[in-house]
Amino acid sequence: MALSDFLLMRNELLLTLIAIIIVVAELAFSPQKQHKIVSMTLWLFFAITIAGFIPAAKGVLFGGMFHNSELTILMKNILNIAVLIVFIQSYSWIKKPENNYKIAEYFLLIVSTLIGMNFMISSGDFLMFYLGLELATIPVAALAAYDRYKNKSAEAGVKLILSSALSSAILLYGISMIYGSTGSIYFAEVVPRISSNPLQTLAFIFFFAGMAFKISLVPFHLWAADVYEGAPINITSYLSVVSKGAAVFIFTIILFTVFSPVMAMWKDVLYIISILTMTVGNLFALRQQNMKRFLAFSSIAQAGFILLGIIDGSQFGMTSVIYFVLIYVFSNLGAFGVVAAISNVTGKETMSDYNGFYRTNPKLSLVMMLSLFSLAGIPPVAGFFGKFFLFASAAHQGYYWLVFIAVLNATISLYYYLMPVKAMFINKSDSPIVFFRSDGMTRLGLLICVAGMVVVGFASAIYEYIRMLSFGG
Amino acid sequence: MLNYGIPLQYFLIVATIMFFVGVYGFLTRKNLITILMSIELMLNSVNINFVAFNKYLYPDKLQGHFFALIVVAVAAAEAAVAIAIIINIYRRFSNINVEEVNEMKY
Repeated sequence: MALSDFLLMRNELLLTLIAIIIVVAELAFSPQKQHKIVSMTLWLFFAITIAGFIPAAKGVLFGGMFHNSELTILMKNILNIAVLIVFIQSYSWIKKPENNYKIAEYFLLIVSTLIGMNFMISSGDFLMFYLGLELATIPVAALAAYDRYKNKSAEAGVKLILSSALSSAILLYGISMIYGSTGSIYFAEVVPRISSNPLQTLAFIFFFAGMAFKISLVPFHLWAADVYEGAPINITSYLSVVSKGAAVFIFTIILFTVFSPVMAMWKDVLYIISILTMTVGNLFALRQQNMKRFLAFSSIAQAGFILLGIIDGSQFGMTSVIYFVLIYVFSNLGAFGVVAAISNVTGKETMSDYNGFYRTNPKLSLVMMLSLFSLAGIPPVAGFFGKFFLFASAAHQGYYWLVFIAVLNATISLYYYLMPVKAMFINKSDSPIVFFRSDGMTRLGLLICVAGMVVVGFASAIYEYIRMLSFGG
Repeated sequence: MLNYGIPLQYFLIVATIMFFVGVYGFLTRKNLITILMSIELMLNSVNINFVAFNKYLYPDKLQGHFFALIVVAVAAAEAAVAIAIIINIYRRFSNINVEEVNEMKY
């Protein structure tokens, strides 16, 4: 193996380099100059995001443990863009004086989870997959407990670490049975030996339950709302977009490759879980007043819609899942960006505080409206096209009832997505949030989200590109 | 199958019992540290599974042993982060009983 083969892990190596630079910078800068780490990391991360688009070689490393294809590079690029937006949006929050002594921690923990996600997506065996998954989940718990002096943040941290440890244990139990029945942990060697015998069915159920925890599908979603509410808001947006997106990617890859021989079985499971997730997520979102909790349940419901693409089981489903996640990144980060901007300036997070917001802050209200329309799937913005392809891929396989229920759910979701819009544009308030001018970085972050929501929907080249890679890789 | 005295099934039965004792403990215990111990019990039952399968069924390759070693290491990292957060909980709430740590509810 030549040294140049390591270039296959280009993205991971660059991220590791950034992590090391952050640690060194924290030691090198005096406490008064810690805030310099913020712009330094932003520029470095921007460079990595650009470097991700340079075409890279395909190949396999470490005897099949790590494999890289154009599809995995595309997934990593989507995650890179999402993390870049999260960094830009958290710029003003992380520069607050009370966060001064823990700036480096924030960036270090996020970059290390991103390294874990990249290895997870590229994994070629269960060992690499498990290591990546743990690297992607353990630091997130530390991030959720980031506000050390807030009770809710500590509570969110402990809920996240305990439920993710439980889900890892369940997942590992499934992997151990797969190992016991097939004699290998390499995906390529496991596939021909997978059948629907009782032991492997049980192994699949354990594996599925473990992954469902990570994506917060319905019987396993109870941790999500509390963690999303308690964590600092920029970290909530990271959790609901990047963590979930990466878990969806690897879940799709493993179902499509390792468990492809038992496709009929997991399609039945997904059918029921998808209906449950959409319905329960929507019904709980209806009665939320806290904006973070509201967006948490909305993201649970969105995960139910994503399952419609996975249930297709073909390359077309893969395309629609990746396309939807790309759109979901922009629309959810747009909504979270506005909520974070308001919360950082005024500290207000409930829906009734938003009454009359349009009169005082018209631009932020418009961004929020566009993001919620995109999440709901209303035509001019990209969210519509994302949902359309998901529904089309499920209908393609003849799941007409499922699509019918999904359309009903999309209608229910319209109601609660319009609630904040109604509060902002129609409701009157005696004491609305006063006018404030958000700083340049917040505006830049929201601008990227709006541009993404419009461009990804209308530029069919993006969809065609994802489609080409899904069918080729 | 080689004859090591104790058949494979016994190991698997012990591992299964351990796993579900862990699940039961996770769901019923009120102390955060005990919940963490229940999770460790589940992870260790997975290790027994891996090592037993490796030793009895596939003795020519060591994949199961490696996996068990790495699970041990990762479990240690997980416990470190969990205990750090639990110490913070104790400072905030002066308590590590799950029934006291419930500011957020439906």
